[in-house]
Amino acid sequence: MFDVPLGLGHYLALGAVLFCISVAGIFLNRKNVIILLMSIELMLLAVNVNFVAFSRQMADPAGQIFVFFILTVAAAEAAIGLAILVALFRSRRTIEVMKIDSLKG
Amino acid sequence: MDSIILFAFYAFAAVAVLSAVGVISVKNPVHAALLLVLTFFSVACTWIIAGAEFLGVALILVYVGAVMVLFLFVVMMLDIDTTPMREGFVRYLPIGLVVSVVMLAEILTLLGVKSRLVAFGPDPATTTGMANTKWLAETLYTKFLLPFELAAIILTVAVIAAVMLTLRRRTGIKTQNPAQQSAVRSQDRLRMVKMAAVKPASDADGIEEAR
Repeated sequence: MFDVPLGLGHYLALGAVLFCISVAGIFLNRKNVIILLMSIELMLLAVNVNFVAFSRQMADPAGQIFVFFILTVAAAEAAIGLAILVALFRSRRTIEVMKIDSLKG
Repeated sequence: MDSIILFAFYAFAAVAVLSAVGVISVKNPVHAALLLVLTFFSVACTWIIAGAEFLGVALILVYVGAVMVLFLFVVMMLDIDTTPMREGFVRYLPIGLVVSVVMLAEILTLLGVKSRLVAFGPDPATTTGMANTKWLAETLYTKFLLPFELAAIILTVAVIAAVMLTLRRRTGIKTQNPAQQSAVRSQDRLRMVKMAAVKPASDADGIEEAR
């Protein structure tokens, strides 16, 4: 475990583990929208880990700059998603996914 | 020195993975949000180990400082009953575990085949004699100037959208209009009326005249 020096593989493995945990989180908490949003944030973080690792490996700043833009878009997504959640809670008094089916014919 | 760095990476990665497992499995959404803060913080530490200092600090500032506080506010504001939401947890546990474990095994196999755990080269920022922040900024403000401006527009649109979604106009309540209050003039408040000075007839006079 400690014989290989820190490298690309370590970071890619960390990103893979975080990504799979967030996929499992989406499966398990399919009724709770807030935990779903948190799982999506975790997924974006896992992708960002890969970007940072490859940026270091390739000696290219573009990877880290892309992470910067992903952070921007993720912040915007979280703000709008939570605003939709608040508006939904005000009109329906619930955020349970199974009860939000008024578009169903 | 290398083994210390490696040990630190394993420690941060272990904390990040354990708290991520906590995020998806705890009952209380407030605990989930706090564990997500811990995950983000640990991952930011691993980024700093990899030399991405600016992004590590930005992750802590943007996520721990802003986004997670927003999450906590919403979780505490909504007052949700989480017991009915946990109903499917045990039912979906096997399929979720199978899918994620198989995915993880596949990804790790590919990583083992392709990456072979090669060590990182020297930090590209320090080899050019710059700090990481300057190294990023020189590319960000030259090659990526237009995307940078677009990111600012996206943030502005997101702020306006979030405010418009949550703004509600209540009817049937009395409020003050500050614009109208400060735009008022003295002639709107007081109106001088010209009228002749007439002594009104008192009740006593009226009674005497009737007799």
